Amino acid sequence: MPSNAADLELADVTKAYGETVAVDHVSLKVPAGTYCCLLGPSGCGKTSTLRMVAGHEFISDGDVLIGNTVVNDLPPAKRGTAMMFQNYALFPHLSVQENVAFSLKMAGIGKAERLERADEMLGMVDMDAYAKRLPARLSGGQQQRVALARALVTNPTVLLLDEPLSALDPFLRIRMRAELKRYQREFGISFVHVTHSQEEAMALADMVVVMNDGRIEQVGSPREVYNHPKTRFVAQFIGGHNIVHEGASAYAVRADRIRLFAAQADGTTASPATVSDVEYQGMTIHVALKRQDGTALLATLPEHEFDRSPVSVGDTVQVGWNADDRHELAA
Amino acid sequence: MTVTNDITASEASGSPEVSALPAKGQGVRKVPTSWTPWWVGYLQAAPMALVFLLFFILPLAATFVVSFWNYTEYSIEPAFVTTNYSDVFYGCFSGGSALCTTFATYLSTLKFVAIVWLLTLQIGFTVAYFLCFHVKTLPMQIALFMVCTIPFWTSNVIRMISWIPLLGRYGLVNETLQGLGLIDAPLEWLLYSDFAVALALVHLYTLFMVVPIFNSMMRIDKALIEAAYDAGASSWQTLTNIVIPLVKPGIVIGSIFVVTIVTGDYLTIGIMGGQQIASVGKVIQTQINFLQFPIAAANAIVLLAVVLLTIWGMLRLVDIRKEL
Repeated sequence: MPSNAADLELADVTKAYGETVAVDHVSLKVPAGTYCCLLGPSGCGKTSTLRMVAGHEFISDGDVLIGNTVVNDLPPAKRGTAMMFQNYALFPHLSVQENVAFSLKMAGIGKAERLERADEMLGMVDMDAYAKRLPARLSGGQQQRVALARALVTNPTVLLLDEPLSALDPFLRIRMRAELKRYQREFGISFVHVTHSQEEAMALADMVVVMNDGRIEQVGSPREVYNHPKTRFVAQFIGGHNIVHEGASAYAVRADRIRLFAAQADGTTASPATVSDVEYQGMTIHVALKRQDGTALLATLPEHEFDRSPVSVGDTVQVGWNADDRHELAA
Repeated sequence: MTVTNDITASEASGSPEVSALPAKGQGVRKVPTSWTPWWVGYLQAAPMALVFLLFFILPLAATFVVSFWNYTEYSIEPAFVTTNYSDVFYGCFSGGSALCTTFATYLSTLKFVAIVWLLTLQIGFTVAYFLCFHVKTLPMQIALFMVCTIPFWTSNVIRMISWIPLLGRYGLVNETLQGLGLIDAPLEWLLYSDFAVALALVHLYTLFMVVPIFNSMMRIDKALIEAAYDAGASSWQTLTNIVIPLVKPGIVIGSIFVVTIVTGDYLTIGIMGGQQIASVGKVIQTQINFLQFPIAAANAIVLLAVVLLTIWGMLRLVDIRKEL
């Protein structure tokens, strides 16, 4: 597989629209061949960051480097980046094959060669049978593959994906997610993927970048981020965490680490709480609790564990966790 | 539906929803699909159909019938003669070196059609492009679009006559140029000339080009332009490879407007050409003035045929249904 992977680096990058700062002094280094997910709620600056890397948005301050080159003023094609757009942005009047060959045509590559290279790329994404079709006659998943082939045909060093799975239905989303990961491995280049779904980021990323309010909250592998959320925002956004306040500071406890004891059990680290809701989820059971100090907690218990000592709404139980499962939060 | 379909055809065929759907036109007619009786749709279309029938089809049919009637200096008689048509094409197929009157007239009209079409297309496309891609906010787009329509707040005739004080022998342009010492004598070709006719026609009909092109252009997903830029296309390449192909339906609709209007025009060519320039419409008008209805009708039918052929030709270039 041809690969010309390169590191991507953002050095103190800022994007301001008049008074509003969309991206606030962001620094990030994505090593070559990394699947990087920019994760955050809408308006957190993740898309602006991606578009600055792509060359579709001017950089207000700071530098974007690909390899050893500062690419701030280069057009996308000269950066070696390629972008996959949210709704794929396939050219509706061009066939699948012509869509994929488009960038080669723009670069002045002859018809025979560019169509051959397009066919080759379509073969890689299993779309060669659809080469002559118009995009409107493809399903969402097929359109995505064509968009991917179109982006990869130029042998980019970094592929940028703007919410690539949001247009698909849930089942297809999971399938295409696996495909994206596979193509990233095969091509060996970096994928930078913008998403607001923590589930998507967890499943795909080698490197999760959690963003909020134009800043990076935390960078790490999905496991690091999930097991050691640094800030309250990360703990909340990533889900599955309880935030417990203790004086001025706060710490996080994963919902699956919360233990329930019968009311009469004697646990020194445990404190009493009332069950406010019980939800059956199949593999797990979600028990919502309210401690006497007012802290709301969520415990996810495996079904068999729940069955050992079932609780129902209104019961008073002892709730606790191991000291190891406390993760202190910065803010 | 497209999204829920499976990725490959083989999988899609196994999907229960797909096989559960009845095949097209196969025993589905009996199943009522709504509570509305079947004839309601026809009732809804009836008023427009009636207007069309009364004010378009009937007069056209009458014209067609009259074109075969006989006429003399003082009478018009129902008949079935083809002399009107042979009169229209008198001398056209005799093989002489000079063009017959009808062909010469059509040629002159076609010349204006070509000039006006080319200019309105260029100006219209540019205006639409500016409105669509350079004006960023919708309120501003609407405002500027309204500005384009301002000339239409006055009548066609007044707009034409307004050129006269500007372009006349002692008009503003000539006086200014003479005052500046750029010319010694007034420019005669400014008014009552081919130039004046083309100018007035372009002025009158550019908006007919702007509207459909603008409409097509606004439907272009801006992400496509970005995708083209991402693929390394220059502005010019984006224009020729993406924008123009996608606005082709708008260009064709605008072209149909301009070409049909200019082909039948006699007022503008009459006024701005100082009644000296021949046009097909002018010929018909003159014949009507002399109450020679049958030959006027024959001329009208020939003109209609020419216009319909032109439209047919243009429609072959593009699938207009996509736009409607």
